[in-house]
Amino acid sequence: MNYWFSEMHTDNVKMSIRVENQLFSKKSDFQRIDVFDSPEFGKFITSDGSVIFSEKDEFVYDEMIVHVPMAVHPHVKRVLVIGGGDGGVARELAHYEEIESIDVVEPDEMFVEVCREFFPDNACGLSDPRVSVYYQDGLRFLRNRCDEYDLIINDATDPLGHTEGLFTKEFYGSCYKALHDDGIMVYQHGSPFFDEDEEPCRSMHRKAFLSFPISRVYQAHIPTCPAGYWLFGFGSKKYHPIDDLDISRWKARNIKTWYYTVNLHRGAFMLPKYVEDLLEEEEKNKKII
Amino acid sequence: MNLEKQKQTPIFSALERFRKQRVVPFDVPGHKRGRGNPELVELLGERCVGIDVNSMKPLDNLCHPISVIKEAEELVADAFGAAHAFLMVGGTTSSVQGMVLSACKAGDKIILPRNVHKSAINALVLCGAIPVYIDPKVDKKLGIPLGMEIEDVRRAVEENKDAKAIFINNPTYYGICSDLKALVELAHEFGMLALVDEAHGTHLYFNRNLPVCAMAAGADMAAVSMHKSGGSLTQSSILLLGERMNERYVSQIINLTQTTSASYLLMASLDISRKNLALRGEESFEKVARLASYARDEINAIGGYYAYGKELINGGSIYDFDVTKLAVYTRDIGLAGIEVYDLLRDEYDIQIEFGDISNILAYISIGDRIQDIERLVGALADIKRLYAKDVTNVFISEYIAPIVAMTPQKAFYSPKETLPIKETVGRVCSEFVMCYPPGIPILAPGEVITKEIIDYIEFAKEKGCSMQGPESPDISQLNVIMD
Repeated sequence: MNYWFSEMHTDNVKMSIRVENQLFSKKSDFQRIDVFDSPEFGKFITSDGSVIFSEKDEFVYDEMIVHVPMAVHPHVKRVLVIGGGDGGVARELAHYEEIESIDVVEPDEMFVEVCREFFPDNACGLSDPRVSVYYQDGLRFLRNRCDEYDLIINDATDPLGHTEGLFTKEFYGSCYKALHDDGIMVYQHGSPFFDEDEEPCRSMHRKAFLSFPISRVYQAHIPTCPAGYWLFGFGSKKYHPIDDLDISRWKARNIKTWYYTVNLHRGAFMLPKYVEDLLEEEEKNKKII
Repeated sequence: MNLEKQKQTPIFSALERFRKQRVVPFDVPGHKRGRGNPELVELLGERCVGIDVNSMKPLDNLCHPISVIKEAEELVADAFGAAHAFLMVGGTTSSVQGMVLSACKAGDKIILPRNVHKSAINALVLCGAIPVYIDPKVDKKLGIPLGMEIEDVRRAVEENKDAKAIFINNPTYYGICSDLKALVELAHEFGMLALVDEAHGTHLYFNRNLPVCAMAAGADMAAVSMHKSGGSLTQSSILLLGERMNERYVSQIINLTQTTSASYLLMASLDISRKNLALRGEESFEKVARLASYARDEINAIGGYYAYGKELINGGSIYDFDVTKLAVYTRDIGLAGIEVYDLLRDEYDIQIEFGDISNILAYISIGDRIQDIERLVGALADIKRLYAKDVTNVFISEYIAPIVAMTPQKAFYSPKETLPIKETVGRVCSEFVMCYPPGIPILAPGEVITKEIIDYIEFAKEKGCSMQGPESPDISQLNVIMD
């Protein structure tokens, strides 16, 4: 049988994964969710036809979005994860004993159920006693929060799909407000390589740059992302992602990782020239608040 | 309403049959199913340009419908509870003109509230009727024009027993409804026609919890913007007639100004939208009302904003309220509505319907999703956090009673001169001045310019309202009638 899942990365570029089986397919109020089993990537889950993560490469993403801020911020007690219904981010956060509470806000209950069923290695993160799951819109959850969190992780991936609201100025503004005075926010920053994706990527940086005094971008290699290349944003009120990186403290934790290292941490902020250029252009273009 | 029949879409089905026949076109339009204009096909798609065709026997003719368009119109009439219905392709402006021109000729009087859309006054320029304006009451705090009060209208009717019609704007842009049934009865008591501009009221026909619609209230004609809440393509509209109207005469009036090349894209969109409304309107508008009500509660919870609803109802000038409308008073955070409107677009990528001096209006419809509502509410909360100012410079009321010196038609065609706006006090204006949207005139042709009006125009300009109407694009000058 010759059975392929394909995702259009642009009108002219298609990524295809050979599929053994389709395990699940259903429409929720927010998206169509499909789960496939594949020889190369193991099981993977898609939202409206776009890969959200696969068993094979989710570690890159979950480690990079959690360990980077955690190695910088000296005392994280309260964490908010927006999206993140699969539990992978919570699983990585659970390594840190000083964290007291992890609020996971996911609008789509069906997404969480599907992940619990098909991706137990991720979803186990949601079973940590410090985790509370809220089935709510992220923007709504944040609206009345003020000075409550040390770290906010925006785990939503798609600035053009049903999570569009989590890539807006009001979202970054609400996060800023919900963070303590030394809080950090990390978020998915998209992939800048293809022309179609460049503008959303620019616009995210523009909004974050205006909202946070320290706004840096770091990168990772994630095979199922467009062009295999993905950026993360690091918005911070006080701590600098490299100057405040505490190498010995992080090493002393002895957290087992497959992608993240403190060396890679520093390297990840060293961006290709074209990415640096487009980010700097947006910083210069900033509008006055 | 015959639900089984409402499943039909005669125009859409005829277009499908026609497409499958693969007829070779030696008629207009000259793009010939798009082949002569590849860029247009790139933009609109083959299916779309493929049904951009001319009137012909299998597809009927809007100017004189005898087959599929006639059937489609009968289905509209059935769905809306009207005696007769016309599909309109010149926007609801053409429906409003159809009403006014059918009811009045030169020298006839028509009673209308001042907060009518410019299309109604434009119709008076066309036909030479004389406007008898009724001051809509204005809510002092919100600065919005309200509905027509029965006593005011009765006074106008008794003073102008020769008037041919009462023109009613219901609901208003802001969702305010008048006592439609009483107004219609009043008109009929004096032998006048009741014409209803229902541009913002398509949905009233399809949900039992919403305010009464024109046909149910016994009105003689209603102009209904299907493209607003009805979901059809921009520029498509319908004109509904009650039992008392002669549809042959109205048809002649419509054909005075209607195109002879009506777009099948527009007509098919009306056909499909009517079907959807008839079959699913009830639940769709239940959902819209729920979304709007959720948004109202959330916006009011932010503090500083006032998203108003049914609590405004006062039995008179606010006889009822259309809960699908989401209007928000913004002055208590120190910002004019138009300032919030601009911030939403420029800073938050959110386009709302309009902002006036004190309010914004977000249009909630069958196409909205809860996550979009969250964005709007989130943005309003963020705007308050970042941009709120001390409350100053409160402009009490937006309504300025007009002084009508001559008919709109006479003023429009009289010899005129152009003066700097500051020098026009006391002169008779020969053109419109309005903020657009909502497109309600501050000045109409034939009205006396006062200092108060000029101050208001300057204030609205300063706040960034989009001003339209005058020849002078920046409204630094106005055309006035030569003395």
